[in-house]
Amino acid sequence: MARKISMKQAINEAIDQEMARDPSVIMMGEDIVGGAGADGERDAWGGVLGVTKGLYAKHGDRLLDTPLSESAYVGAAIGAACCGLRPIAELMFVDFMGVCFDQIYNQAAKFRYMFGGKAETPVVIRAMCGAGFRAAAQHSQMLTPLFTHIPGLKVICPSTPYDTKGLLVQSIRDNDPVIFLEHKNLYGFEGEVPEALYAIPFGEANVLRDGKGATIVTYGLMVHRALDAAAALAKEGVECEVIDLRTLSPIDMDTVLDSVEKTGHLVCVDEANPRCSIAADVSAQVAQQAFGALKGPIEMVTAPHTPVPFSPVLEDLYIPSAAQIAAAVKRSRAGGKH
Amino acid sequence: MAGNPFPLPKEQLLQAYRTMRTIREFEERLHIDFGRGDIPGFVHLYAGEEAAGTCIMMHLGDGDRIASTHRGHGHCIGKGVDVVAMMKEIYGRKGGACEGKGGSMHIADLHKGMMGANGILGAGAPLVCGAALAAKIRAKGKERSEVAISFVGDGASNQGTFLESLNLAAVWNLPAIFVVENNGYAESTSRDYGVAVDSYVDRAAGFGLPGVTVDGTDFFAVHEAAGEIIERARKGGGPALLECKMVRFHGHFEGDAQTYRAPGENEHNREHNDCLKKFAAAVSGAGVIAADELKAIDHEVLGLIERAVSEAKAAPQPTAADLLTDVYVKY
Repeated sequence: MARKISMKQAINEAIDQEMARDPSVIMMGEDIVGGAGADGERDAWGGVLGVTKGLYAKHGDRLLDTPLSESAYVGAAIGAACCGLRPIAELMFVDFMGVCFDQIYNQAAKFRYMFGGKAETPVVIRAMCGAGFRAAAQHSQMLTPLFTHIPGLKVICPSTPYDTKGLLVQSIRDNDPVIFLEHKNLYGFEGEVPEALYAIPFGEANVLRDGKGATIVTYGLMVHRALDAAAALAKEGVECEVIDLRTLSPIDMDTVLDSVEKTGHLVCVDEANPRCSIAADVSAQVAQQAFGALKGPIEMVTAPHTPVPFSPVLEDLYIPSAAQIAAAVKRSRAGGKH
Repeated sequence: MAGNPFPLPKEQLLQAYRTMRTIREFEERLHIDFGRGDIPGFVHLYAGEEAAGTCIMMHLGDGDRIASTHRGHGHCIGKGVDVVAMMKEIYGRKGGACEGKGGSMHIADLHKGMMGANGILGAGAPLVCGAALAAKIRAKGKERSEVAISFVGDGASNQGTFLESLNLAAVWNLPAIFVVENNGYAESTSRDYGVAVDSYVDRAAGFGLPGVTVDGTDFFAVHEAAGEIIERARKGGGPALLECKMVRFHGHFEGDAQTYRAPGENEHNREHNDCLKKFAAAVSGAGVIAADELKAIDHEVLGLIERAVSEAKAAPQPTAADLLTDVYVKY
């Protein structure tokens, strides 16, 4: 029986092992150690949810607590990446990207192109994303499309502890700027993870379930909702293919297109708001490149075009459900009628 | 020949004059060529501000980093970026410093420690904190470190990125220096309107940093102040702010009618606040450098600029294939 650890532990282990392997890896963020300058214990927090707990004891000053100052320290991570280091900046919640976005989309993302191919910016910006924590509108968003829109950024959003470790290791080793988004509602999710170091290449989707009835494409927490929907549909005799994109930029459209050629039906599931979402992007690419294979309308299951509500009742309605996904599969298979 | 009363040997004084003259002629030539319609896009000229861009860099090596502004040509030349490659870049040609993909506002040469001109005001300050952090880490166990310098105008000195960076640099005790090039105008808005404090020394003090204000048209004043601040940072003394009060001979961008200026302001500045004239008068007045030697440099520089323009105009345009390259290292 292979070892099982949580996604949170997988993140910690990936950073720990990469820091041990490569002295140029450093990490910075707010409270990633915790208690800096205070009279109590050092490593008091290890990140706001304890993800980096224990790394300070092993790697010391290579973990830097920062002032509450996202523009300055995210920019500093990017600047240090241009000067020979491999920094990981933790932004806590992706919702805070707004206060430092210039450093990401006008600076890090553009250096290589704007400087004529002469710059490398090997920085990783980690942040929690996603709803379900009752954390309301400014701590719950799925902002993946903001980043996939920007040439020069790579965007990762894993769904399992195994993928999390392998993709985070690849992110740290990668020579381009990477936005690494961790769904906070998956932090406690456990799965088999090898202790040995391994990297998962970007741009390779994972087919988690085979089927000829319909193709469900998604990422992050929604992978688990899609699997639930597929299991329910299987009981009704409809076998769905479930594709976990894993990396959103680059995106593995070949796997999606091959599947749609086989199933003739596409359901795109995205926790992001619908307009210009990953779901909309995949839908458009399939409509353009595999129109002849479609036997029914493309369906999208996304959050509504609203901010994330606080009320637990409303938030549960906001997040796409397995029932909505299953219904969308049926709609597509019925030619859009329902 | 009289003794040399300056803190630099004659060779370095000649080099300083050559660099300042190169910046001046580069910019004045761009002013003409832009007016003719030869140059695409936005161009912001550094003419009038050459002393700071020259003498601060004289304290630096290639391992020391700078992050520049939208008005970056002077910083590039001061930091040793190839003038011909710069001109090609401004003309948008292949073989330019950024292969024609950056343009005037984005010239960079990382091998020279030039982390880029920047079209976003204040954006260089956080990057410099990172460069200074890398320098500090590299210098662990050594007595001296490399430094990193962020240039901003008086306008961008109000940006959150800049103010946050002052704090971060102080908190981490980084070998970072923040140079405010105060030319009196944020685009068209006066410094007195846009900056709430009277003195940048006070602003620095608000972040726990030493601050110094110097006459930015006085090469030797800037050279001395910058030297002290840089040396202090190299030895682990931490960050500082240097304000250089200077004048901008041209508008915010080329094409700016400058109606916000007082009548006769530009003429007055060119007559009385020209850092290059002041430098030439000082070194020739002291008998250290003969007028003929300066003239020879003027001649040499004009030849270099002429060559840069003709090579830029003759350089090939990028092709359709270039549009899609170098977005990522690997995708």
